[in-house]
Amino acid sequence: MFAEVPLFPEQASTTAQRVDALFFFLCTVCGTMAVLIAALVLYFAFKYHRRAEDERTPRILGNNRLEWFWTITPLFVFLIMFLWGASVYTSVALPPPDAMEIFVVGKQWMWKIQHPSGQREINELHIPVDQPIKLTLTSEDVIHNFSVPAFRTKIDVIPGRYVQIWFQPTKVGNYHLFCSQYCGTSHSNMVGTVIVMEREEYREWLASQAATGSLADQGRQLFLKFQCITCHSADAAARAPVLEGLYGRTVPLKDGRTVVADDAYLRESILYPEAKVVQGWEPIMPTFKGQVEEEDLIKLLAFIKSLKPGQTPVRNEEASPPLDAPKVPPGGNPKPRESVPTYRPQGKSTQP
Amino acid sequence: MSSAITTGFTPQAKARPPRAPGENYLNVAFGVKSWLLTTDHKRIAILYLVTLTILFFIGGAAATVIRLNLMTPNGELVPADTYNKLFTAHGIIMVWFFLVPVVPTVLGNFLVPMMIGARDLAFPKINLLSWYVFTIGAIITLWALLAGGVDTGWTFYTPFSSKYARTNVIPTMLGIFISGFSSIMTGLNFIATMHTMRAPGLTWWRMPLFLWAHYAVSVIQVLATPVLAMALILVGVERVWGVGIFDPELGGDPVLFQHLFWFYSHPVVYIMLLPSMGITSEVITCFARKPIFGYVFIVWSSIGIAVLGFLVWAHHMFVAGQSVYSALIFSALSYLVAVPSAIKVFNWTATLYKSSIAFETPMLFAMGFVALFTMGGLTGLFLACLGVDLHVHDTYFVIAHFHFIMVGGAVMGYMAGLHFWWPKMTGRMYSDFLSKLAALIIFVGFILTFLPQFVLGYLGMPRRYHVYPPEFQVLNVMSSAGASILAVGYVLPLFYMLWSLYAGKPSGPNPWNATGLEWQTPSPPPPHNFDETPIVTTGPYEYSMEESALVH
Repeated sequence: MFAEVPLFPEQASTTAQRVDALFFFLCTVCGTMAVLIAALVLYFAFKYHRRAEDERTPRILGNNRLEWFWTITPLFVFLIMFLWGASVYTSVALPPPDAMEIFVVGKQWMWKIQHPSGQREINELHIPVDQPIKLTLTSEDVIHNFSVPAFRTKIDVIPGRYVQIWFQPTKVGNYHLFCSQYCGTSHSNMVGTVIVMEREEYREWLASQAATGSLADQGRQLFLKFQCITCHSADAAARAPVLEGLYGRTVPLKDGRTVVADDAYLRESILYPEAKVVQGWEPIMPTFKGQVEEEDLIKLLAFIKSLKPGQTPVRNEEASPPLDAPKVPPGGNPKPRESVPTYRPQGKSTQP
Repeated sequence: MSSAITTGFTPQAKARPPRAPGENYLNVAFGVKSWLLTTDHKRIAILYLVTLTILFFIGGAAATVIRLNLMTPNGELVPADTYNKLFTAHGIIMVWFFLVPVVPTVLGNFLVPMMIGARDLAFPKINLLSWYVFTIGAIITLWALLAGGVDTGWTFYTPFSSKYARTNVIPTMLGIFISGFSSIMTGLNFIATMHTMRAPGLTWWRMPLFLWAHYAVSVIQVLATPVLAMALILVGVERVWGVGIFDPELGGDPVLFQHLFWFYSHPVVYIMLLPSMGITSEVITCFARKPIFGYVFIVWSSIGIAVLGFLVWAHHMFVAGQSVYSALIFSALSYLVAVPSAIKVFNWTATLYKSSIAFETPMLFAMGFVALFTMGGLTGLFLACLGVDLHVHDTYFVIAHFHFIMVGGAVMGYMAGLHFWWPKMTGRMYSDFLSKLAALIIFVGFILTFLPQFVLGYLGMPRRYHVYPPEFQVLNVMSSAGASILAVGYVLPLFYMLWSLYAGKPSGPNPWNATGLEWQTPSPPPPHNFDETPIVTTGPYEYSMEESALVH
């Protein structure tokens, strides 16, 4: 029975090896410290235990040199711990540029996963081995925490904002996914499995999953459905900025500030359009708060991110194309329409 | 060869009105009214002792059910909601209604005036008021916890607590809010007393370390508690009136609550710990019969902890999406606050060098404190380390760490203090054998309970889990088995302490041959502590001076 009791978690990501090395270093240093103190106390306890009731002791009040020694030494040791810990932490803060992005929405009490090519799953995350994976996460209700012990990483999933983590799985297998931030009644059932697969196997899995177009495709449909196109059109009558090539650009605002058009900005502009009004435009956009769900927001974002010059749909396109519309390969996008004028910079009209 | 010289105690000419021989604070008056309307700091300490002991066992009962439930991976004993209410009740009762108040209000109340040679605290009526305020707060919270319960966890994280929880959040917080005032009153009282009422000759640098610890704690209580009060009010305002503060739906920021909460709740760990550190300094010097090693460094380390303790709160949010820069700063500051704690441990160890150690019960508890606190402190270094916290945050590693600090540390220190000053408080000795047995059982039971949790935590078992993957069961059973031993260790003192009141042999004024003004009075002390105001001529812990051989 005891043979099956794990005492150390599996190492299944590049982060895991780095965290464990640091952990063993801390164990060694702290273990040495503990043994040293324990040995001293036990030695003193044995050597100086009271043998006679009238025993006397020397009046030793302290030793400044010793005090400074055991003040400075730990400080130095702690500095090493801090620096090493900081280097591991910062290395996992920034995802590599080639990371594959997957979206996660937490809610009481499940994990909803959206793959870029449109596949959805619940409480399961299929990923290919040896591929850096970047997760963008948000919550529909309370704070959750996405934690995969075998990868040695976790992040609080906070409503109202996007957070990111990344990891690179190194070993094929099934691993626990836990919610580590208490979130209510079924907190301990908000668990799932991360399934790390060989690349080939992963491709087969993707193909076997039903998906109605990529995330960006699905976002395009929503863009039409919510009538975003009415104002964010690419023709002369547009009443709002064109969104082509917007993602990652610096946008000048009406009040003179600038903002980088990242996920958080796009999200805010859909839910709270008046928070940051683009220079040269009027705040006429209604809020979509309460109308767009977190998962749909992610689709819209995926669409906006993918929107290249000339790709804005025409205004009178039907909101819902037939379901059997030709499937677009992951990352691919509808062809630019000839009739639409090509890329125009933002903030065109009233700007002198 | 009067004991006066040895301890720096010199009777002053001015005499108090004579009192009847044998009169003490316990037998000076009888009846319920004489207790409920008392302004004697010693009687108020006893009121607190009784109240807090009851609360400790209620909180402990919740822990017992939690550990029983965790013996099986599927949580067969209680349903999920009940489990969540149990760990919430356990946390709330143990933190706010036991650990925070226990040492200052029981031992501090009893001993601060006696140690500085005063007849009472600066504001005796406020002292009594603080007990009433505390008790009212405790009753409200207990009522809320028993009548329906609350399932937010003791941390009340938003927006769960402010919007989603359907349980008694508001009454629970109200009780905590009210009891906070008692904490502030006690802190103010101690600060005023120590500033204005020290006996002639008792300079700051002659104060026993127990007093320094209480001074540092009082400052934290006065400064930090209002922040908690504000945070709780804001949660209430959002919950009741829907004002957007923490809920992103209403334009709030849920992480803001964590900043406010931990700005109080990190320093609060030092409120629990510093008094026990003070106790340890008193007990170790007495039973090692030697002055404390590095008095000044220990004093400054207490002050250092009190100050730095305010600057580390965001280490509770390393995985809460805060900026990398913020994480780096708070990690570095967290390492800094570990230094003064390390200084204390080294000084206690050095005090034992060339000492004469008597392994009486309080000394066993104090040495247990040093051992468990050291382990708690060292595992804290893991959590301050950003790279490791990434993995162990919100797991049983954290649970084990803070139980080592707060139970292994603070409670062990409290037990040392209670056993050390029990003869002074009651005039009776408890069973030597049973008390040493209890110290041993608590130490062993504690290690068995919480050591497996470090392993569980590194394996990744999250905290607050009602059910868990089956491969974690063996370690959980080990932990629960340890907890049953620990429970025996905590119940045992209840019996032999109470028994000592009836059958304990009289202790005499100073059974441990300790220095310190409190030992210069009869046991139990007379209502006004000192017939004559003492004059202090030496520092504390003069156990090695020539005259000490002459005592008794």
